[in-house]
Amino acid sequence: MDKTMNVLLAGFGGQGILFAGKVMAYSGLVDGAEISWLPSYGPEMRGGTCNCSVVISKDAIGSPLVVNPDVLVAMNKPSLLKFMDKVVSGGIIIVDSSTVDVKVERTDVTVYYVPATVLADEGGLKGLANMILVGKLFKETGFVSQDSLDKGLLKCIPPKKAEMIESNKKALALGAAQ
Amino acid sequence: MAIVFEKPHALTDIPFHYCPGCTHGIVHRLVAEAIDELGCEGRAVGVASVGCSVFSYNYFNCDMVQAPHGRAPAVATGIKRAQPDNVVFTYQGDGDLAAIGTCETVHAATRGENITVIFINNAIYGMTGGQMAPTSLPGQITQTTPYGRDVKIAGYPIRMCEMLSTLDGVALAQRVTVDNVKHVNEAKKAIKKAFENQINGLGYSIVEVVSTCPTNWGMSPKAAVEWLENNMLPYYPLGVYKDKTAQNSSHTGDGSSDKPQKGGEN
Amino acid sequence: MAEKVLMKGNEALAEAAIQAGCRLFFGYPITPQTELSAYMSKKMPKIGGLFLQAESELAAINMVLGASAAGKRAMTSSSSPGISLKSEGISYIAGSDVPAVIINVQRGGPGLGSIQPSQADYWQATKATGHGDFQLIVLAPSTVQEMADFVGQAFDLGDKYRMPVMILSDGMLGQMMEPVSFPEKGEPVIPERPWAACGHGGKRPHNIVNSLYIEAKDLEKTVVERYKKYDIIKKEEQKAESYLTDDAEIVVVAYGASSRVARSAVNSARAEGIKVGLVRPITLWPFPVDAIEATIPTAKKYLTVEMSMGQMVDDVKLVVNGRAPVSFFGRTGGVIPTPGEILDEIKKLNN
Repeated sequence: MDKTMNVLLAGFGGQGILFAGKVMAYSGLVDGAEISWLPSYGPEMRGGTCNCSVVISKDAIGSPLVVNPDVLVAMNKPSLLKFMDKVVSGGIIIVDSSTVDVKVERTDVTVYYVPATVLADEGGLKGLANMILVGKLFKETGFVSQDSLDKGLLKCIPPKKAEMIESNKKALALGAAQ
Repeated sequence: MAIVFEKPHALTDIPFHYCPGCTHGIVHRLVAEAIDELGCEGRAVGVASVGCSVFSYNYFNCDMVQAPHGRAPAVATGIKRAQPDNVVFTYQGDGDLAAIGTCETVHAATRGENITVIFINNAIYGMTGGQMAPTSLPGQITQTTPYGRDVKIAGYPIRMCEMLSTLDGVALAQRVTVDNVKHVNEAKKAIKKAFENQINGLGYSIVEVVSTCPTNWGMSPKAAVEWLENNMLPYYPLGVYKDKTAQNSSHTGDGSSDKPQKGGEN
Repeated sequence: MAEKVLMKGNEALAEAAIQAGCRLFFGYPITPQTELSAYMSKKMPKIGGLFLQAESELAAINMVLGASAAGKRAMTSSSSPGISLKSEGISYIAGSDVPAVIINVQRGGPGLGSIQPSQADYWQATKATGHGDFQLIVLAPSTVQEMADFVGQAFDLGDKYRMPVMILSDGMLGQMMEPVSFPEKGEPVIPERPWAACGHGGKRPHNIVNSLYIEAKDLEKTVVERYKKYDIIKKEEQKAESYLTDDAEIVVVAYGASSRVARSAVNSARAEGIKVGLVRPITLWPFPVDAIEATIPTAKKYLTVEMSMGQMVDDVKLVVNGRAPVSFFGRTGGVIPTPGEILDEIKKLNN
């Protein structure tokens, strides 16, 4: 990882955008990095598009708002269309290709198409497309160590929902295998 | 010689500033007597509201807090929640309780806030010089209704005791007056009961005292009492509108449930 | 050092208040301070405290007045339109010399405005939170850790000076998560309030908590005394962070959320060899005059950056007092400026 990684995760409300961001942020915290997590909030949360800025850095973080992401995770078409031109040159775009039917035409970014929703449904991991995409992001960027990612995940799942740990881990691994 | 009457201990020695014939003086004394008889001056905290009675903080011997206009029930809520052992009362006029502070009044009442409320209804704004109050009668001439209160423009007066009696949180809603000895004695009983209710943890108790304002009504004290009897009392009938301590109160229904309920599932 | 946890700024404010011994919270729902009230409603009943959802902002601030007048630490939180409603109570609290902590998680205005982050309530917080001659101490955090740290300080300052203290935050700081730790401090030391109205118990004359003085001269005397206290606060309590200012020819002044963006811009400008620094006011009142004054010897130009049309810039100009030009850059309405925009402004000034 470079000094700072700016990540923007975007999709519909209910796809687990904020949770995915939180897992990344907590993993960064465990890894000893400076981190920030900033959600979009307000009416757009209610059924509309939702996004979340995560900054993981070796230095103190200035603006927590990610305007030009190094990595964009897009879980729906409006989000991809809205943000794909904002990604920095040389950046990464990870698209849930089972919900988004457009291709990125830019040649200065690396694009990964992962049919995350279909993979989740077929793998008995319904609702965990978000974690599949985080798994892919982890594989391509190595933004934290595997150990930090595992520990970060544990921090985000309350004891009451401990049965969710295994499925989330599976989803991360499935994403990393893509 | 035996002492047959003396100033209650819960009143200070500072002379009242109230006008001749004003009934604030009588009601102050009744409140102070109730505090004396219940022996609660040391743990009483009064809330003075904006209006003529704001200076009651100088007259009552217990600790006092002065509230912004209309907010006495909220201030009293804060005091009572911070110090549940205190005996907390508000002393509010009609503008304070029934106009600018109606929201605070209704919500303190419906929360069953365990406080005592003394409500002076004299159908006029006294301190600012005689403007229309929420309780001014239809046709009543005031500084801001110089042709009489026209209900087509200014609407109708509010009967607070009747309105508040519908709320489950209210322990006592009673209207009294102090125009004669019999009524003064009844008022005293009601006020004492309103304090007792609080000590017994029963909830919001309000005593509305139909009162005079000779100065702003433009009448002699005697004429003011007569006007009260002939005009105010027919519109604001005396009586008990809600009393949780009575068996056959008309509004004892308590349909509330303490069980947590999720919206939309019931 | 306690373990760092990820927390939203709003939650950190709430937890810090509880740790400062606040057991009485009165609030009314408004975005974007929502998580603060939610946290209080969940936690307070478990520790013998009170979360009470008031019928209005007016009621909530006056419940704080009552609870604090009765001798207990109390707090309320809101966002810009709600603070306007609270301004009546805040004036009475100041006029009654009662401590209180008020949180403003600012959003865009005027009117219903937007629910996005803003700093357009600077004037309201520092100059006109209500009618009459009075001041609040205003603290401006810029990180979630500071959100946590400043709440305890706010309660202590309120008790020390018997006055209301505001934490001026915004939707970005309230909504964002950052690592935060709550160092073990033990039970908070809460000073006695011998003036409180909580029952005299027959042991002292009655206390009166009051803001009314019918004689003009009496009120004047009281206000003049209060201003002597304010003079002490101006001397003793100013706080600011100075970043890379030692040789700074361009001094950026920004607080709270916008100071974070400005810091990124300053770093980029330094990388390009521009001698630029940042003064970040932490106390907005008292305004950190000394920190600005300290930059005068090297500063050729000042740039104030705010998420408003320019409010704090007036205070910067008052300190600089014509000794160098003071310019302004801001975004408003809930728009957060980008580091690039601020860098462009710095470059313009460097030409």
